[in-house]
Amino acid sequence: MNKLQQKNFWQKWKLTSNEYKTICHILGREPNELELGIFSVMWSEHCSYKNTRSLLKTLPAKANWVVQGPGENAGIIDIGEDELVVMKMESHNHPSAIEPFQGAATGVGGILRDIFTMGARPIALLDSLFFGDYNDNHTKYLFNGVVGGISFYGNCVGVPTVGGETVFSKDYQGNILVNVMCVGLVKRERIVRAIAKGEGNSVILIGAKTGRDGIGGAAFASVELNKKSEEDRPAVQIGDPFAEKLLIEACLEIVQFEEVIGLQDCGAAGLTSSLSEMAFRGDSGLEIELSKVPQRELEMNPFEVMLSESQERMVVVVKKGMEERVLSTLKKWELDSSVIGQVTRDRNFTIKDNGKVIADIPVSSLAEGAPAIQRNIKEPEWQKEKTRLNLDELEEYDNYNSILLKLLSSPNVACKEGIYQQYDHMVQVNTIVPPGDDAAILRLKGSKKAIALTTEGNGRYCFLDPYQGAKIVVAEAARNLSCKGALPRAVTDCLNFGAPENSDSYWQLVQAIKGLSEACKFFNTPVISGNVSLYNENDGKPIDPTPVIGMVGVIDDYNQICTLDFKNENDLIFLLGENHNELGGSEYLEVIHNRICGLPPFLDIKLEKKLHSFCRKMIEEGLFASAHDCSIGGLAISLSESCICSGLGAEIDLLTDFRSDCILFGESQSRIVISVSPDNTQKLTESAREMDIPIQFIGHVRGDILKINKWINLPLTIINEAWRKL
Amino acid sequence: MKFGIVQFPGSNCDFDCYYAIKNVMKIPSAWIWHKQNEFSGFDCIVLPGGFTYGDYLRVGAIARYSPVMKAIINFARKGGLVVGICNGFQVLTEARLLPGTLIRNECLHFICKKQSIRVENNHTPFTGMCQKGQVLQMPIAHGEGCYFADIEIINEMEKNNQIIFRYSDINGQTSKEANPNGSISNIAGICNKKGNVLGLMPHPERNIEDCLGSGDGKLIFESIEMYLKKEKILQNN
Repeated sequence: MNKLQQKNFWQKWKLTSNEYKTICHILGREPNELELGIFSVMWSEHCSYKNTRSLLKTLPAKANWVVQGPGENAGIIDIGEDELVVMKMESHNHPSAIEPFQGAATGVGGILRDIFTMGARPIALLDSLFFGDYNDNHTKYLFNGVVGGISFYGNCVGVPTVGGETVFSKDYQGNILVNVMCVGLVKRERIVRAIAKGEGNSVILIGAKTGRDGIGGAAFASVELNKKSEEDRPAVQIGDPFAEKLLIEACLEIVQFEEVIGLQDCGAAGLTSSLSEMAFRGDSGLEIELSKVPQRELEMNPFEVMLSESQERMVVVVKKGMEERVLSTLKKWELDSSVIGQVTRDRNFTIKDNGKVIADIPVSSLAEGAPAIQRNIKEPEWQKEKTRLNLDELEEYDNYNSILLKLLSSPNVACKEGIYQQYDHMVQVNTIVPPGDDAAILRLKGSKKAIALTTEGNGRYCFLDPYQGAKIVVAEAARNLSCKGALPRAVTDCLNFGAPENSDSYWQLVQAIKGLSEACKFFNTPVISGNVSLYNENDGKPIDPTPVIGMVGVIDDYNQICTLDFKNENDLIFLLGENHNELGGSEYLEVIHNRICGLPPFLDIKLEKKLHSFCRKMIEEGLFASAHDCSIGGLAISLSESCICSGLGAEIDLLTDFRSDCILFGESQSRIVISVSPDNTQKLTESAREMDIPIQFIGHVRGDILKINKWINLPLTIINEAWRKL
Repeated sequence: MKFGIVQFPGSNCDFDCYYAIKNVMKIPSAWIWHKQNEFSGFDCIVLPGGFTYGDYLRVGAIARYSPVMKAIINFARKGGLVVGICNGFQVLTEARLLPGTLIRNECLHFICKKQSIRVENNHTPFTGMCQKGQVLQMPIAHGEGCYFADIEIINEMEKNNQIIFRYSDINGQTSKEANPNGSISNIAGICNKKGNVLGLMPHPERNIEDCLGSGDGKLIFESIEMYLKKEKILQNN
């Protein structure tokens, strides 16, 4: 027994005794404390995916149009233009729960770097935010902090925040989710990999000086939050969007130089992770000299320098002896830079401090050496119980006016203008459909093409049935894009779950990935990048399982798109898809009856896909005046939104044998409300018949009142007021 | 005719202005780097929006000391046309090329939205193609857009017709509800006494194509173009 083992030293580093033994075996000796710290962060779930690697492999990642799948900083797809689309989504949950402003701000900074590291110019940001109970004071503090942080960072760097979602549910109390997605554009010949190769080539660290902020952030992300977590504030980094803006411009200049071999950002686990990953990808080694790392604080020890998560830093590998052009470009942008080491052949990650070797670890053991963890899969005992719902227990009403108003003002349904108006969503002058619609649409300059972007997550459905819930998440994202006229092309995901050691959480994770995988295969939307965030718990209670996806779709001609607002008086309103007698997992059930139960809505995935093709075809032919997906809150909310956004009323007469509450507020999938001018209705109904799409005429765009059967009769002014209460 | 678009560290509407003026309006344009202490051959200088030096200090306070600002001040003194949009407006007030200052929005947070503004004076090089009282759609995106100046300065500006744009509703009413940021007297854009330096918070470059809205922003650049063409003719005669 040695000194370290006697003290169970590995426990301090959140490693198991088995992992410690493996480390000793790899090195052929005991690790020193620095080496142990390095293994600790690199083998954390956040960096190693040791709990999820085998599961993630089941996600589809290939298609003809995929240029780069998982494994780099971001995925890339070809959309048939000069420029390729790059995208990635990432979580910054724990930092945001502890320090909401900086946590969210640095989340934005991190995901931007993932995009421009690939040589791409970031063109859009989206955020999926999940908070606790809206009426709780701490939630308000977190909410204001997160929105403020995103606004602070995104606005300053000049990348528009064009979409996302904001959800409030008590299940995220104490462990909020901040998932940020970034999309960029890159020319094929400018794509850069995060790679270090070629013996003797220089490793240059650029950007901010290294300080003590964010030390241990990756490990911090891989443990549960509890009441003491606020003491971990130093593990949250501080963002400097101005430095980031300079980095973007400088990096996009140097990637054009042929002497640049590879580019990588410093994210979780700082220099340790970025350097070892670069070397691993290049099948090389790296030798770095710590005294060459510019430091912001005095007397930082090697461990602090190697694991600091100071923001706005990048590593670039440049051909030996050809550093001058890169260095002078960095100087032009007033960025600090320092040659900190060189590429070696021995495949070892060697760290020196004033010439003395203080760590020497095989690169591969850091990048993929973490022993994969296999776990038993067992359905929670309470799962079946939760899905029980007897509709007969729920009272039906004759009049739903007050219920509709209550739902419209529910924080999950209400207008989010107050949030997205704090984000610059127009800079770069591409945003042709701004936030507030089913998806944002950005044109590509110099082309007729446009891309549509959306994010989607639904913890409530996934809690009730993680497999079905995850499938719905994909179906709904694809529907959001299709009813704007876009062809869904790729997905990036963020898997937010509880601790894998908790068998309930692990079962949820397995089920959700199965659902995601099946649905993404079916909709032809490969998962080209993403991240996993486990350990989302607060005081022992896991959050609702929440796989969040970002989806990109392609529009060939940006003149052929459709928005959700009604356009003209006397247009005819149709419902595409089918109603079902169901209320499971609905917003109505939670807000009005205070119940979270039942099975998530029925999804006929084949009908769903057919419906998407139909929508795209009709939009291309210019037959839809408006189209809006039925999602949270159901048909009544969808109709209300199309009315409010246009200032036009609707007279709806639904023929149905189903329960009134199910028709109005049930969240059955594969439904889209469209409006059509009288001249186009015949062509529309014929096409629907040809393509075998269920279609139902339900009313007219008319007046300034929303009237639905005898159930709802409300002036738009009242509806509008309720919807804008947030 | 040639436009110069200034790039400060932290400018982020520089590409948008360049694209709008050069690619959409087809007016010859070139970059001006913030370290240049002189330039020549330009007829109009545009200071774009953004967050110069991060705006961690008072907005525009550091950019004002950039080498290029001396050249811009000289250019303006000689009667050259200068337009500051959003952060560019803030820099121009810091440089004292325009009176008053821009402070934090009344609501205390950043606002990005579509906005109507009313043309108050169309006898300027920047608004000659507009009608007086015309309502233009011009988006705003700022955290510090609340214009403030002493009442004496406001009165003097009124007298000299230096108030060029006011925030209004879609019908041209300049009510408190139509004022997005608490600007004194609904001021959205002003010029100097001489009339050759314009500062405005709304972004004309964000509304110059049909796919982005009504295209009203074009009027500003077309006005400048027309003014410069007329001036050239007068000079040649």
